[in-house]
Amino acid sequence: MNPFQYTRSSAATAAIQSLVREPQAHLLAGGTNLIDLIKMGVVLPDRLVDINPLPLKTIEKTANGSLRIGALATNSEVADHPLVLQDYPLLSLAINAGASPQLRNMATVGGNMMQRTRCNYFFDTAMPCNKRTPGSGCGALEGYNRMHALFGASDHCIAVNPSDMNVAMVALDAVVHIKGPKGERMIPFGEFHRLPGDRPEKDNTLERTELITAVELPAKAAAFKDHVHYLKVRDRTSYAFALVSVAAALSMDGSMISEARLAMGGVAHKPWRLPVAEAFLKGKPASETTFKQAAELAMQGAKAYQYNKFKLTLAPNAILQALKTASA
Amino acid sequence: MSTIPGKEQEKPKKQPANDGVLGGSRRDFLKQSSLLSAIALTPAPIIKAAENQWDEKFADVAEKIPVTLEVNGVSHTVKVEPRVTLLDLLREELNLTGSKKGCDRGQCGACTVHVNGVRINSCLSLAVTNEGKKITTIEGLATGDQLHPMQEAFIKHDGFQCGYCTSGQIMSAVALVKEGRTQSREQISEFMSGNICRCGAYSNIVKAIQEVKNSQS
Repeated sequence: MNPFQYTRSSAATAAIQSLVREPQAHLLAGGTNLIDLIKMGVVLPDRLVDINPLPLKTIEKTANGSLRIGALATNSEVADHPLVLQDYPLLSLAINAGASPQLRNMATVGGNMMQRTRCNYFFDTAMPCNKRTPGSGCGALEGYNRMHALFGASDHCIAVNPSDMNVAMVALDAVVHIKGPKGERMIPFGEFHRLPGDRPEKDNTLERTELITAVELPAKAAAFKDHVHYLKVRDRTSYAFALVSVAAALSMDGSMISEARLAMGGVAHKPWRLPVAEAFLKGKPASETTFKQAAELAMQGAKAYQYNKFKLTLAPNAILQALKTASA
Repeated sequence: MSTIPGKEQEKPKKQPANDGVLGGSRRDFLKQSSLLSAIALTPAPIIKAAENQWDEKFADVAEKIPVTLEVNGVSHTVKVEPRVTLLDLLREELNLTGSKKGCDRGQCGACTVHVNGVRINSCLSLAVTNEGKKITTIEGLATGDQLHPMQEAFIKHDGFQCGYCTSGQIMSAVALVKEGRTQSREQISEFMSGNICRCGAYSNIVKAIQEVKNSQS
């Protein structure tokens, strides 16, 4: 690892000021992605600002009935929390589908949101990558793009967001709490990550000097708690990144779907919400025919590359299966 | 505090740079003082060195931060560079080489240790972030000559071949039982998936875990 300076921060404002002062400073939380990237030479920070002492680990119900999860709560703490298991089981399923127990014990909610793509061309510093080195080109576009995007990609980048947690968060309409030099703000989870466009180096809309403080799950998302499923399809049955994953959450009235939430992972630069399919499912009977039609609608606009064409079949099948399991 | 011959260990003289105040001022002092003296003494190479901020780079490399942590019940204070991982601290500074370096990227689990009772990959944890924490390594499981039940079970069920992944497997398995993730063979496999065994001793590892679980219930 290249050498870097280290600052232990115990206040959010101080951590933000460190970022303002030093353009090459990075925040360090669980470190499961950042330390790896530093070892690989993909990220070369001058300073790591250790935010682990910050009081951002609390998971608690708010006055309006939502669940506020501190950005430094670990993935395990969230997945095993009684209130998450009770009201938002989709989130537990998604988190436990990712990484390994050891990594989930280290990785934080904020860090999970900030994790970089697992595109091999991003990790390999001998290869061109617009995300790692803007303007150097995209190695994946004409390369071995088996893991890559179906939706919202650009000629500059076809990488996908690797997180499972993000897929559940976007499906459950989570809200992100952010603190920066100018104060605090909130944004919908679906607007946190961005599509690559011509700035693939920017994974999300967080400013460099801002800090995620919490993620809030709305009270009404608990309406889906009885009919959820997270289906992750990967090359081995555990401990691998998704080829395609589907988060499905249904609110049912008998056999009728009163409302649906659907999102996919492994198919876009951001967790990919499926609003057209959701609207179609609303008020329809839970049946294989309905689910097939929803999956077909969800795939509109999909574009495959040389080695990921199989995802055009895999993705709708995964949606169908996830909806069947969720509705059962 | 234990003392290991030849290893640099001392009580912390200052706290690690807190919120940039200490770190920042020290860095600025080095920069300013060396620049001033360089101008005063004027040999050209020194001025050039100052211009290129070589002194700053040297300071970056040389900067060590004291970290105090408890390993297997013994308190240690060691000065380390910020880039030193917990795994390297254990192996290189404390001579606890039971925790293995496999992939060094959080993919194989050979480096698994417990921090405050929770299993983690020590290769992805910076030593300095473990200030004040309690670490348990494979060396800390046995009580004297009395092996931990999980160590006994691994031997009994032949839960290894080459043995390189074994300390990580055992540390993970001990945590797994504590977490209560032993309801079925499938659950054990799923929650042991962070520990790779290239010899393929998986089925015997599961048997060892089941034996320990059953002996406790």
